[in-house]
Amino acid sequence: MSKSLKILIADDNDSDRLILTAIVKKEGHESVTAANGQEAVDMYKEHKPDIVLLDALMPVMDGFNAARLIKEASGEDLVPIIFLTSLQDAASLAKCLDSGGDDFLSKPYNRIILKAKINAFSRMRTMHSAIQEHNKQLLLEQQVAKTIFDNVAHLGCLDAGNLKYSLSPLAVFNGDTVLAERKPDGGMYVFLGDFTGHGLPAAVGSLPLAEIFYGMTGKGFNIEEILREINQKLRKILPTGVFCCGSMIDMDFYEKSAKVWVGGLPNCFLYHSGNKEITELISKNLPLGVLDSKSFKPVFEEYSLDIGDRFFLWSDGIIESRNVEGEMFGEDRLRDVFYKCQEPEELFQQTLSAVDEFIGVEGVRDDDITVLEAKMVEHAELGESNLQNMKGTSVGPMDWELEFVLKAATLKLYNPLPLVLHIVTEVEGLRSVSGQLYTLLAELFSNALEHGVLNLSSELKKSTAGFAEYYQARTKALEQLSEGEVKVTLRHKPLNLGGLLTIRMEDTGNGFDHESIINRSRTNKEYSGRGLPLISKICDSFAYKGKGNIVEATIQWPVVKKI
Amino acid sequence: MTISAIGSGDGKELTIKVSGRFDFSAHQEFRQVYEGASPDIESYVVDMAEATYLDSSALGMLLLLRDHAGGDSANIKISNCNSDVKKILTISNFGQLFAID
Repeated sequence: MSKSLKILIADDNDSDRLILTAIVKKEGHESVTAANGQEAVDMYKEHKPDIVLLDALMPVMDGFNAARLIKEASGEDLVPIIFLTSLQDAASLAKCLDSGGDDFLSKPYNRIILKAKINAFSRMRTMHSAIQEHNKQLLLEQQVAKTIFDNVAHLGCLDAGNLKYSLSPLAVFNGDTVLAERKPDGGMYVFLGDFTGHGLPAAVGSLPLAEIFYGMTGKGFNIEEILREINQKLRKILPTGVFCCGSMIDMDFYEKSAKVWVGGLPNCFLYHSGNKEITELISKNLPLGVLDSKSFKPVFEEYSLDIGDRFFLWSDGIIESRNVEGEMFGEDRLRDVFYKCQEPEELFQQTLSAVDEFIGVEGVRDDDITVLEAKMVEHAELGESNLQNMKGTSVGPMDWELEFVLKAATLKLYNPLPLVLHIVTEVEGLRSVSGQLYTLLAELFSNALEHGVLNLSSELKKSTAGFAEYYQARTKALEQLSEGEVKVTLRHKPLNLGGLLTIRMEDTGNGFDHESIINRSRTNKEYSGRGLPLISKICDSFAYKGKGNIVEATIQWPVVKKI
Repeated sequence: MTISAIGSGDGKELTIKVSGRFDFSAHQEFRQVYEGASPDIESYVVDMAEATYLDSSALGMLLLLRDHAGGDSANIKISNCNSDVKKILTISNFGQLFAID
C-alpha cells in the first residue's frame, strides 16, 4: 500500500525511537514522536495520527493508560494502536490488547513485520472509514425516506377526537401501519396493519397501502373494494413470504354501526361501554398480499354499536412482549386489563401501562407495539368530512342529463357510487358538498337495491340480532339475484345563481306504501327505515313516485343548509 | 433451531422436520431443504412435532414452500402442531392454504 500515513511513535528509549522513525520514513510515512505516555496522548490530540506505535513501559504514564486515553479521544474513528514491548509472558501481552491495543510487536523490531502490520492496519482503517461513510449516507437516506413515509401515512384523520393510537418503532421505520380517514358520507375507515418483518422491507409495503387507502376512501369506494385493491397491489409488489396482517373497520356514525374485517391479527376487542363486556374480533381472513384477486373473498362482521363503544386493534407485539423471565404478556393478561378497568376512557392508557410494567426495564420487545382505539360517537361530535381529494379547475358542465341503468349482473358485483359521485362533482359548485351528496346517493341507491330489487324489509334492522340477520339476507339475496335493475338518472340545470341537481332512482321492485311510511316517520322518531330523516335533511326536496319504486331528490347550490 | 428432511420410500413425499423456534434464522436452511430435494417430490409434510414457536417470517417461509410446490396446486400438510403453533396458523387462516392437523 503506497498511501502515506501519519504515524505516532511513543517510546522512552531514544535509540528505539530513532530506529522506528527511520523505518517508518523509509516506507514513505510521516512520523510524530513522543517520549512518554502523557506526551503520546497530547501528540495524538494535536496531530491526529492514523496509526499509533506505543511502548508498553514508559515513565510519567505507561502505554496501557495512554492507549485507553487515546481510544477515548478517537471516538468513532478507528485508530489502530500497536504495542511495542520487550515483555514476553502471555499475561502481559494480553494486557496490551485488553487496554485497547489492537496488536503488539516484540522487541527487537523486525522491519518486515512492522511494515506488514502498518499496511494491514491501514487497510482496516480504509475499510472502517468506508463503512462509516456508507452508514452516514444510509442514515441520511432513511431520514428523507421517513419524511416521505410520514407524509404519506399521516395524511388522514388520525387526529380525530374519537381515535387514540400508539406506534412505537423498533427502528427508524416500522413494520406497523395505522391509517384513518373520513369517508365522503361522513363515516370513517380505520386500518391497522402489521407487515412481516421490521425496518425498511416492512415499511416499503405500507406506502402503496396508504396511497390506496386514502385515495380510494376519498373517492367513495366501499371497504371491500379498498381491501381487494390493497390485497392485489401487495400481492403484486411484495415477494412471496412478505405480507400484511391487518384489520379494517368501516364506522357509520349515523347508523351507529360498524363493519369489521380482520386478517391474520390476534383477536382484537370491541368493548361495550354499557355492560363493560368484550366482543372478541376473530381473524377470519388470510393476511393481505397472500391470495390472488380471484381467491380473495373477504369475510366481514357487522356490529350495531352504542355511543362510547370502542374498538381496540393491535398487532401481535403486545401479546408477544416478554418479561425478563422470557414469559409472554399473552391474551389472558390483556383480557384482565379490560375486566378490571372501571373507566373506559382510561382503557387505552392502562393497556399500554400494563404492557410496560410487565416488560419492566430488562424485558424484551420482540416486535413493534401498536394499538389503535376507535370510539363510536355522535356524528355531530366529528363534524363533516373535509376531503381535499376533489380536484378541478373549470366551472364544469351545467346543463346536462345522464341515465345509468344497472342490470342484475352488475348490481351483484359493482358499486356505482364512486363513478356517479365523480360525475356529479364535475359541477364545481357541488364539489364542496360532495360528502352530503355521497350520503344522499348512498341512501337512495341502497334503498332502491335492498328494499326494491332485493325486496328486503328494513324492519329487521331494529334489533341487534336482526341487524346481522339483515346483512346475511342481503348477501344471500345478492348472490341469487338474476333479474332486476336500478335506473339512476341525474339531471343538472343552471339557475341564475348556481344550479339545481335532480337525482332520480327507479327500481324494478314492488315499491311500497310510501305515504303511510312517510307519515309514520314524521310522528315516530324511533323509526329509521330507509334513512328518510337523513335524506330529507340533506336535499331540498324529495318525493316517492309511482308505486313507491321511484324516488326523486333535488339539491340546489350554492348550498346554505347543513346537516 | 434445526431443520431436517427425509424422503419417503417411493421418493414422492418429502417430510421437513422443524425443531425449536421456527423463525427468520431458519430461512436459509429451510429453503435449501426443499430447493435441494429431488424433482420427483409430489407432496410435502412439514412436521412441527418439535417446533415450539413460529413467527410471521416462518409463515412467510411456508408460503415460499407453497409457491415452490406449485402454488394453488401444491400438496402440503402441516402436521403435529402444538397448541401455540396451531393458534398462530389459525389466526392467519393458513388452513385455507395448507392441510393442517
